[in-house]
This record gives sequence, C-alpha cells and structure tokens, in this order.
Amino acid sequence: MRLERRPHRPLVLVVLAPILAIVAALLISGGLIALDGANVLDAYWQILLGAFGTRLGITETLTRATPLMLTGLAAAVAFRARLWNIGAEGQFYIGAITVAAVASTLFAGWPPVLLIPASLAAGALGGMLMLLVPLGLRLRFGVDEVVTSLLLNFVVILFVSMMIEGPLKDPLAFGWPQSVPVPADAMLPKLVDRTRLHIGLVIAIVVAIVIWLVQSRTVFGLQSRAAGLSPPAAIFAGVPLGRTLVVVACISGGLAGLAGAIEVMGVKGYVTTDLSPGYGYSGIIVAMLANLHPLGVIAAALFTAIMFVGSDSMSRALGVPSYIADVTVALSLLTMLVSIFFTQYRIRR
Amino acid sequence: MTDAPVLRLSNITKRFGATLANDDISVSLAPGEVLALLGENGAGKTTLMSILFGHYVPDAGTVEVSGVTLPPGKPRAAIRAGVGMVHQHFSLADNLTVLDNVMTGTESMLKLRSSTAAAREKLLAIAARFGLAVDPDARVGDLSVGEQQRVEILKALYNDARILILDEPTAVLTTLEAERLFVTLRDMAAKGLSLIFISHKLHEVLAAADRVVVLRGGKVVAERQAANTTRAELAELMVGRRVARPVREAATPGAVILEAIGVDVGRRLTGLDFTLRAGETLGIIGVSGNGQTALAHLVSGLLQPTAGDLRLFGEPMSRDGVRAVVKAGIGRIPEDRNAEGAIGEMSLWENAVLERLDDFSQNGLVERDRARDFARSIIEGFDVRGGSPDSRIRLLSGGNMQKLILGRNLITRPRLLVAAQPTRGLDEGAIAAVHARLLEARAAGTGVLLISEDLDEVISLADRIQAIVKGRLSPPVAAEAVDARMLGLMMAGDWQQEAQDAS
Repeated sequence: MRLERRPHRPLVLVVLAPILAIVAALLISGGLIALDGANVLDAYWQILLGAFGTRLGITETLTRATPLMLTGLAAAVAFRARLWNIGAEGQFYIGAITVAAVASTLFAGWPPVLLIPASLAAGALGGMLMLLVPLGLRLRFGVDEVVTSLLLNFVVILFVSMMIEGPLKDPLAFGWPQSVPVPADAMLPKLVDRTRLHIGLVIAIVVAIVIWLVQSRTVFGLQSRAAGLSPPAAIFAGVPLGRTLVVVACISGGLAGLAGAIEVMGVKGYVTTDLSPGYGYSGIIVAMLANLHPLGVIAAALFTAIMFVGSDSMSRALGVPSYIADVTVALSLLTMLVSIFFTQYRIRR
Repeated sequence: MTDAPVLRLSNITKRFGATLANDDISVSLAPGEVLALLGENGAGKTTLMSILFGHYVPDAGTVEVSGVTLPPGKPRAAIRAGVGMVHQHFSLADNLTVLDNVMTGTESMLKLRSSTAAAREKLLAIAARFGLAVDPDARVGDLSVGEQQRVEILKALYNDARILILDEPTAVLTTLEAERLFVTLRDMAAKGLSLIFISHKLHEVLAAADRVVVLRGGKVVAERQAANTTRAELAELMVGRRVARPVREAATPGAVILEAIGVDVGRRLTGLDFTLRAGETLGIIGVSGNGQTALAHLVSGLLQPTAGDLRLFGEPMSRDGVRAVVKAGIGRIPEDRNAEGAIGEMSLWENAVLERLDDFSQNGLVERDRARDFARSIIEGFDVRGGSPDSRIRLLSGGNMQKLILGRNLITRPRLLVAAQPTRGLDEGAIAAVHARLLEARAAGTGVLLISEDLDEVISLADRIQAIVKGRLSPPVAAEAVDARMLGLMMAGDWQQEAQDAS
C-alpha cells in the first residue's frame, strides 16, 4: 500500500472532509464516554439537548459561537497567506482591555452610535498592533512568527493582569481583579431579550461574508493567496510581499482584537483574566475545520460552540466530566488534519 | 554480448488508470555495460525504473538480477540484490555530514553503537576506487549540487550496489559537472559495475552509453549501439516523427531597446556593458552560478542597478520594480518555472494574470471572466495541453507549463523578452516549440535576451553572444564567427586573451 497524490481534489471529498472528521472525533470520544460508564448515545443526546433543547440553550450556543467565528476568521485569513498567527488569544485580550481602557475615558459621553463603532475599532486596532510586532520581527529579522505570536499570548495575559489589578482596576469590585466596566451606552444591543445573545453574532457573520468576497474576488485576495502559496513566484509576479503580509496581519489581528472587544461589550461588560476560555486557540481549530474557508468558519464555530455548551449540561445530567468537550474539539482537529490529507492523497495498493 | 546479463526485465506491463505506462517492455543489462534509457517525458522511463527498484508492483512481468527473480514491490530486496538508485531529486539530509548520510539506513536501529570508524574506512575505500573524491565530514548542505550527487552515488555503492540506476542525472548539473559525471560513469563501468541512466538528452546518451534503448509511449521502439547511431536518428525514434529544431534566419536589427553601460548590482554583477536591439537575440552563455540569475532578475525588475546606466528605449529604466517592468512591455521567462514562473496550486487563469493584475482588475476587483478568456486564448494560441483555465497548473507537464508562461508574455507582443534558461528540463518536442516561439518573437521585432547554459541553444538562436563570468560580461561576438573552442575560452573568462590572440 502506498500513498498517491490525487490529480484533483474532488469537491465531494472537500465538502465531506469536515463532516467525516467530526463524526470520527465523536466516535473516538464516544469510546471515552463509554469508558466513564455512561451511555454514549444518551450522552450525545444530552449534548444536543443542552445546546438546542431550550431557548436559553440556543442563544447560549450562538453567543459562544460569536467570538469563535471571529477568532476562527483571524486564523483562517492569516493561515491562507501562510502567516502563522498563533497569537489570537493575546490579540483577543488586547482588544478587550483596549475597550475597557478607552470606552469610559477617551470616548466618555459619546452617543452609542459613535461610541460602539469607535470602541469596536479601538479593540480591533489593539489586536492589529499586537500581530504587527511578530510580523515585523519576521520581515526584518526572519524570526519565526509561530514562536513569537504564541509567546506574546503570555505576555499579554500578564499585562492584562497588571492592568486590572493596577490602573484599570474597578474600585467598586470589592477587591476582585477586574477592569473598570464599559459604560452602559457601549454595550451591544441584544438580539433576544433576557438572554446573552447580542448583535455581535450578526457582525461576525457579515464579516465572514465580506472576507469571503475579498478573498475570492479582489486583487488583494489573489495576491495574498499567491504570497502564501509561493513567495518566490509572488515576488516574481510583482506582488508586494511585505505589504501584503502587513495587510493580512492587520485583518487577522484586527479580527481577533474585535472578538475581544465584542465579548466585553456584548457579554461581560468588563475584563477579567478568564474572559476567554481559550477562544484564540479554539479559533485555530475552527479555521482548520473550515478548511480555511471564511463561510466554513461559521459552521465550524457553531459545531465547536455546540460541543462546549452541550457538554456542560450533559455533564450535569450524566456525571461525565465536561472536559469531554475539549477532548472532542481537540480530536476533531486531528481527524480534520487526517481528512484534509486524504482529500489530497489516496491509498493505492 | 556473450556474458549472461546481470539484469533482465521481462515483459513488464504497468497501467495507471487509463494510461498504459509500460507496455510489455523487455530490457537486459550486461556486466560492465552502460545502458541509456532514452525517451521523452512520459515515455515510461521512470515508471520502468521504479518497478525495477520495487517502488511499483508491475501488472505483469518479472525483474531478474543475476538470474534470480526479485519479489515485486520490495525496494529492500532490490537493494540487497545489489541494485542502487540515484534519484533525480536527492534524498539526502542537508544538516548531516556525508558520512552520516551514507550510513543512514544501513545499520540496525537496535544496535546501540554505530561503527562509524569502519563505515568511514569503507566509504573512503569506495571513493578512492571510483575516483569520487569527497570529504566524509562535510555537511551535505554545504556541498554543491554536483558533489551532492556524488554523495548519492557513493551511498548506493556503499550498499554494495553492482547495478546503478541514475534517473536524469544531469538535470541539475552544469555542462562541466555533467561531463565529469560521464567520465566517472565510464570509469565505474570499466571497473565492472553495470549502469542504466535515464535521459532525454541526445548528446549525453551518445557520449556516455554503450547501448541505447528508446522508449516511446510506454513501449520499446528501438535499441541501438551508441556507436552505430546518430543524433538525428535517435531524435526521430524518441519523438516518433522528424523533429528539427527551428533555425534562425538572418535579419536586420532595429533600434536599440535595452542598453547597459557599466551597470553594477552590488557585487553580483559588475561593469555590465551590452546592447540589445529590436528584432535581435542576444545570447548570454556561462557556467551556472556566474551571475545569470542576477542578470535575469535585473532586467525582470527584481533587482535594481547600484551603479551605472541601464536604459530602456533610451530612457533610464524605471526603478519601480516588477509592475513597472511588465507595464513597459518587458516579457519575462524565469529560469525556474516551478519556483518563480508558476504557482502549482493556483489555476491556469490565475497564473496567467498574476503579474498583470492591473490590466485585469477594476477598483481592486479581479475581472475573472476576462482573465479566463485571456488564459483561454493563451491555451489555444500556444498549444497548451492538459488543462482548462480553471484547472490547477501543477497538472500540466513542464513543457506545457512553459508554453503557458511563454504565452502570457508573448501574447501581448512585448518589445523586450528576457528568457532565462527557457528550455531547461524540457523534452525535445517542447524545446523545438519554445525555440520556434522565441524566433517568432524576434521576427516580430522583439528584442530577446536569451540567458542559457545550453550552448547549442544559444548558437542556434542568438545573433550575438556574450559570456558571463563571475558577474562580468565578455564583449559580444557574432554568432557566425564563433566556434565551440572560442565559446569555451569565453566561458572560462579568457576573452582578453582571445582579443590579444586575434590582434
């Protein structure tokens, strides 16, 4: 038996790949659930029920999916241009803390129509700058951005810690380490009353569509793909490599920063160091599950959110630890990598 | 041939889907013989050798080494039987030393100590015996391509190969390195090894082989003793029809298009002087690595002169890089079409318009229908086979990919064409097609700057020839006035000498 490269990537397989990957991941984690003594089918039923069974479940799933879509897009855009942004987690936090810092100071007293866009833009700008640092190091000194963007995550978390225990500490929080809240006028309008679901979901979906159009229709989309696939050929064709990567980094970092801003302004209202349950890292998985396709990111983010929300309630019902969600999502990354591989190769005897 | 063959391939048949890659092929190899397997790309040469080496299982047929049948699909069995293979793309680890590379895979993983001293001794003995001098402690990444190939050969010999197979051994070598390789191969045969080398280059087959087997369309179409055949006959056998490379006709060059006066590019190019006129081809010859890449990049807009005067149509050449160069009507054929000329995972139309997106976009949006039409007209006008505008370019053969690259440059009637190694790695049929296009462009008034390591190509296409040596250019000589000896001296940098001899 040997591997052989397929001449074409059959469209059927490309579409089927993520589905098969998710099924395989669910089967494997099913084994783990069974090992814990629970009924596997029952467990999956409880996950679905938790994610979709109630109005609250549905809105909660969509609320969780919102930041995942944005961080997923951040990774998808960057990876397509072979810019390995592993720093979405840090960019997310910078976006969040920027909003906390400016919304009630610099933008104090602005009307919501100005305040909300300005705050979102400020968060995105924070994320952008955060990714331009590793990119600058790569372009100037050839430093691998995988390492620098990843390690910056820890720097940022410590910086946020310092801010919320120092200059940005909320004096009314009884000593809890949390930032000053954003003003009520800066909070995003709700989509459904008395739930956490906010307009950020719409923003994320619109952004995904815009990015899809940019990638498939524009000169910049074509050039950034060329830059990712083959830098020498892109240079030969006159693609401004550095400039293209800078724009890609601005979009990618900006989206991750925007995710953080939206999470603060849509859900929590203030920043803590547990604002993100790893949205930045999960975004990488979401992007891979989506095969780096911007519209696929919407679906992949939904799947990931379903697993996280659903397994919380499944764990309450059946006593299986909710870590199973992390395991399943992580497994789905591995199975997806295998699936993608088999869209490009086949086994020959 | 009285000796029993050391290797016999009998009735090998191999099918890939609808294509019959090998159709009932029988070949044998005598001890001490050098056999050339000649054929165009896709004739089935590499498939046949992969079957011999156990990479593929044949649908029918057997492989015998010294009378013993090898089990199909077992590379280890082939190695043990004394078959060594030197691939076109080396399988060496750049970060290891020569000795480490040679030893890799020869020792049991379970053994705790590796016997480096014994291995070194054996390697040096083999190297001395076959005159393959190499430093066992050098890092492979630091070696030249020719030396790396030597390591690859040593690796096979270290595994006690008595039959050596070389897949397109000269594809990556300079003319000089290739000549040296053939001397080594002849020497190895004289010392009892049997060799098969795969090639589509006629002159090297004639120079190095005892016997030539010609493959075409998966079949053996002819077998000749190298001494009893000619280049023309082999070319016809290989292609299946008469191919003659087109010849240049005399023409009167027009106005000066490109002129360099004392141009430097850092230390890579120094004091370049040349003039290129409309409807003329200026050939630049030289041994690989003497500044050809920098020269091509300079005229292609990827490098800027650091001193001197580079004039396009009498005006100083724009320093705005590639886009300005393309806009000014300079066609560019890069020397490495896979790395620079095309992006394998992108479609034909994307590859066709990538360097001229300004012409195929409005307000930042790509005009995809117009781009597809552009690609379609190239495909039709330049006989690009094997793909539609939307298929990915890596599916094309090297020749067809080169035709697309030529097409995207020539279809807009450029006034200047930089062609760097335009036929490197192409088969005879594709070479003839590329040459015809270059001559056509010249006849249409394009000034062609032809940078090539293939002397025959330059002699047949160029009006005037300059040699590039260590980043400097010799004065031009008229193509009619040169002979091989003179070009050899020019490439060695002896043009001052030559000038003195002449006076």
